[in-house]
Amino acid sequence: MSESEFEPKIVAFCCHYCAYTAADLAGSMRLQYPPNVRVVRLPCTGKVDILYLLKAFEDGADGVYVAGCMEGDCHFINGNFRAKKRVHYAKKLLDEIGFGGDRLEMFNMSASMGPRFAEVAREMVDRIKKLGPSPIKTVQTQKSGDKP
Amino acid sequence: MKSASRLEKVLEKGEFAVTSECGPPRGADAEVIQKKGALLKGVVDAINVTDNQTSVVRMSSAASCFILKGMGLDPVLQMVTRDRNRIAIQSDILGAAAVGVNNILCLSGDHQVFGDHPKAKNVYDMDSIQLIHSVRKMRDEGTFIEGDEIKGAPKLFIGAACNPFADPFEIRVPRLAKKVAAGVDFVQTQCIYNIDKFEEWMKGVRDRGLHEKVHILAGVTPMKSVGMAKYMKNMVPGMDVPDEVIERMKGVPKEKRADEGITICVETIQKMKEIEGVRGVHIMAIEWEDRVPEIVERAGLSPRPDV
Amino acid sequence: MIVGSRKPMEEIEAMIDPFERIIVLGCRECVTVCSVGGEKEVGILAAELRLSRKQKGRAIDILEFSLERQCDHEYIEQIRTQVANYDAILSMACGAGVQFVAESYPEMPVFPAVNTTFIGVTEEQGLWTERCQACGNCILHLTGGICPVSRCSKSLMNGPCGGSSDGKCEVNKEIVCGWQLIIERLKQLGQLDKYEEYIPIKDWSSSRAGGPRKVVREDLRI
Repeated sequence: MSESEFEPKIVAFCCHYCAYTAADLAGSMRLQYPPNVRVVRLPCTGKVDILYLLKAFEDGADGVYVAGCMEGDCHFINGNFRAKKRVHYAKKLLDEIGFGGDRLEMFNMSASMGPRFAEVAREMVDRIKKLGPSPIKTVQTQKSGDKP
Repeated sequence: MKSASRLEKVLEKGEFAVTSECGPPRGADAEVIQKKGALLKGVVDAINVTDNQTSVVRMSSAASCFILKGMGLDPVLQMVTRDRNRIAIQSDILGAAAVGVNNILCLSGDHQVFGDHPKAKNVYDMDSIQLIHSVRKMRDEGTFIEGDEIKGAPKLFIGAACNPFADPFEIRVPRLAKKVAAGVDFVQTQCIYNIDKFEEWMKGVRDRGLHEKVHILAGVTPMKSVGMAKYMKNMVPGMDVPDEVIERMKGVPKEKRADEGITICVETIQKMKEIEGVRGVHIMAIEWEDRVPEIVERAGLSPRPDV
Repeated sequence: MIVGSRKPMEEIEAMIDPFERIIVLGCRECVTVCSVGGEKEVGILAAELRLSRKQKGRAIDILEFSLERQCDHEYIEQIRTQVANYDAILSMACGAGVQFVAESYPEMPVFPAVNTTFIGVTEEQGLWTERCQACGNCILHLTGGICPVSRCSKSLMNGPCGGSSDGKCEVNKEIVCGWQLIIERLKQLGQLDKYEEYIPIKDWSSSRAGGPRKVVREDLRI
């Protein structure tokens, strides 16, 4: 698969109070952003669990990001800070297995930042296009019993 | 007399005692110890031989003591509880006494994390106070820790270290009392730079009459440089180096700083002689044994008395 | 509780390298509380292993399963029917759990995914610290409720040593001097005079020094 044909699948875990609303606003403003991004709405990024992030990759995501409120503006006071720490930890886990922590990122934005939402989506799509498809898609898993 | 120790005789006669120390080499060369011993012979009353100090592997203290003993010196066997259990400790004590070692200094020892083998397992079967208690029992009751009779009890003059500057300060006098109760005969203090604090501690010692139950030797270490002074202040746990001392070292030209360090040391010893209850000094000239004769001379402590 | 920390991924992967069907076995006791080997951590480790294997083009079939405890026979029995379908068990329990699982399934390779570190407490969320070394001969009544065996770096019975500075241990400034804590507590209790009581040389035969230990309660035996 050449780089130009590669259309990454990206999962964005978005907070209901900010990034999800910003996505809505981007739509209302008729802003273009790549269709590669699948949004999962969370009541707060504080709900993000390391397991969700890893499962997204396991289920075939090429990139994952978490978009929460601006720091200091969390509806639940510090949910976005918790998310930041978990993303950081999960990045380390991904680095450890050679998957690459760069495929995962944390962003902050407010509900009024529709253009920023579109920009982040483009930024992530660009980054993942450069990194290429998820390492688990580029290899053919051998049948049980074969040794590499 | 509890032992055949020269140090004990000097102290019992009421003379102001002088001890020093030497660190064994990191190798099997006996000459290193012999050279250090020759420098200190006739200059001091007894020589401490360190036991793998700062947890760095060196020639054994007991073997080094044996070499010094052969030269006619009175070595002090330093014994830390970090590396040996009660079986090895009692065995080494018997061995040292058998070859004529008369003094022991009971220590817990620096943690192995400071040394060259930080992955080692430490022992700490007992602590320094329990070691004092055990040696006293071996000497005075003639029994091992578990009560069996010793055939030929080790006659050792028992010492310990004592740090008036470590925290918490309020238990520093009670801690000495604990060592006295356990049976210590003499203590050598941590290096003294903060004389005011030392005097405050000594007052507490005198208030409880401890100075009459134990011989207190004040520890001094000459500084070679400003760097050494700063290192001791900041990096050595339980060391109290006031800023004035560092400033004083800084105040003289670089090439004269070593001499200034010696002068400070001599002045400290002279002050110690004036303090009631201080019965001697312990000069720890770290890898600087050749300057000890000069320090002793300038402090007016030479020649050493005949005992 | 028993506190652990997870082994590095590289070490875990090397252990299970020859296998393609494994059980990642969690424990719902201590290691769940200290977030190292409970149901959630089983999920995370399994996801990591699958991702890693997929990248290398190698298959892995993982059963994620957590037991109420891995230190009791009846719970370990719950996986007996499954065990035959797998090649190895990667246990996320403490060392006791790993061994007990291995004893129950002698034909199965059983590997530890966790380093068992100490018996301790949750001092704060995300911070666990040591409190007990199981010496088998408690003296907390003599030392103001603070244990010199586990809290003093040298396990001194009559501390503190000369390395205590500003209430910190000579080993490093992150460690609080156990004896400083003992003295402060004795002071609070109005028992500072207790400090001068000599604590005799300890009988370590009840500790690990005496060999593997056991507790027998005849009244409870069947």
